[in-house]
Amino acid sequence: MTEFEIIMGLEVHVQLLTSTKMFCSCSTTFGSPPNSQVCSICLGLPGTLPVVNKKAVELALKVAHALNCQVAEVTKFDRKNYFYPDLPKGYQISQFDQPILHSGHIMIPTPKEDKKIRITRAHMEEDAGKMIHQEGTPYSFIDLNRVGTPLLEIVSAPDIESPDEAYSYLKELKAILEYLEISDCNMQEGSLRCDVNLSIRPKGQKTMGTRTEIKNLNSFNFVRLAASYEAERQKQVVLRGGKIEQGTYLWDENEQKTKLMRSKEDAHDYRYFPEPDLGSFLISKDLQEKIHSQLPELPRIRSKRMQEEYKISEKDCAFLIEQKVVADYFEACLKKFSEPQELLNWMKGQVRTYLNEHDLAMVDFPIPPKNFIELLELLQKKTINRNAAKEIFEQMAKTGKRAKEFSQQKQKITDENELRQICQEVIKAVPQIAEDCRTNPKAMNALVGQLMKRSKGRADVDIARRIFGELIGE
Amino acid sequence: MIEKKEVQHIANLARLRLSEEEEEAMTQHLGQMITYINKLKELDTTGVPPTVHAVEMPNVWREDTPCSGLSSSEVFQNSPAMQDNFFTVPKVVK
Repeated sequence: MTEFEIIMGLEVHVQLLTSTKMFCSCSTTFGSPPNSQVCSICLGLPGTLPVVNKKAVELALKVAHALNCQVAEVTKFDRKNYFYPDLPKGYQISQFDQPILHSGHIMIPTPKEDKKIRITRAHMEEDAGKMIHQEGTPYSFIDLNRVGTPLLEIVSAPDIESPDEAYSYLKELKAILEYLEISDCNMQEGSLRCDVNLSIRPKGQKTMGTRTEIKNLNSFNFVRLAASYEAERQKQVVLRGGKIEQGTYLWDENEQKTKLMRSKEDAHDYRYFPEPDLGSFLISKDLQEKIHSQLPELPRIRSKRMQEEYKISEKDCAFLIEQKVVADYFEACLKKFSEPQELLNWMKGQVRTYLNEHDLAMVDFPIPPKNFIELLELLQKKTINRNAAKEIFEQMAKTGKRAKEFSQQKQKITDENELRQICQEVIKAVPQIAEDCRTNPKAMNALVGQLMKRSKGRADVDIARRIFGELIGE
Repeated sequence: MIEKKEVQHIANLARLRLSEEEEEAMTQHLGQMITYINKLKELDTTGVPPTVHAVEMPNVWREDTPCSGLSSSEVFQNSPAMQDNFFTVPKVVK
């Protein structure tokens, strides 16, 4: 049985976090009414001229360090010609032979060890408009608000050897881009999209197989599914003695398969040439240094520091730093709170559950760090018990009020006499269970459960257990 | 020289519909142009950096400050078809 290996390269298109478009001053706000953020440059009207957005160039330069890329001393734009209704000019302004960044790499985690994935290049270009195809009408609907939104296309070398590695690569890349605040990486809104180039070859073969491209994947999971499917499809073709035909595929989510969009014969002939409406850009060392000096701490470095500083595991750190906002929240709390592990448990437990249940992102989490640590301190000082803390947590999230507004009624009952009285009531109510305790120590849990019910969760369990012991032992 | 087939391909890429006579004429004209360019190619340009732009004007850029674009009526002024603030075109997917 021939064993095959997979070779993949990824092209990631990421929308840069600017206020205006790449070549004009129209807003890039997502979700505005159709065609309301459009000017004569967006429409490609005759006589208009593009002007480059400086912020977009600066954001691209910010990536350089994080992806260990070389910055081009001179970079320029080129025209990529094709006709499609989402692109009124008839060409996309992109970069062909002098991309702003080249020759970089990132490290990704794999089950064995960290692996280096080379970045061939990253270039700036403009996004196209959005098309809506509705069933039952003979038309396609075009919204040009997205036309001209700045994109950075990051092209990896064919170093990725499995769908899982592709997934890791994307996760790592997304974390970096989010940390640098280069893009919001919101995949639902299309801020990050991915094309996959994939080929297979019998293990040991030196030359590459013919590759196919899967375009426009807008979720990491689709990338993994589509790549797995496509690799298997190619394998079957080869095993049956067929030949892989070069082609562009789309992932059909409903049928869970890749579908041919265009074959090699229909491949585009883009006829790139230098964009005559734009001059070149000289990227000075000064500008690079200025941007370098403003870089935030990157995820891998942050993870190492947090593991040491807070004595938490690598896995827990991975959970925290996957989203910058989560790690930021964690560290904001720890400025005034001294138990990282306790805080971590809350973040992984209650907080995560709350966000999932309410379908919220961490940025929308309603309890600010200052209020959250007040709650944890009440628990730390044993003013309230864990159950009460969890209830107060829910109420704080719901109302936006502070912990002490609820803690009064939830204060732990630690008074011996008061507890003794409740314990006696419990024993009276369920004498059989109390009796069982003499022979079966586990029955105590049932008694404690009854006690919590009666005390509305406020009883101090440790003291109550002792009192039960005394009462039953008597 | 240029083949008629190439002219047809280029016309297709440019979405131009040429009659047979036009194809003939174009083949001849483009052929002449290519001959002319080939003449220029005879010059030895070793060591001469390629010209990207006729005028040297590096680093022309603008700040990232939004301005409002065109009004809806202006946006659709030259559009042959629209509906509900969308441009409409013949369906491009099946």
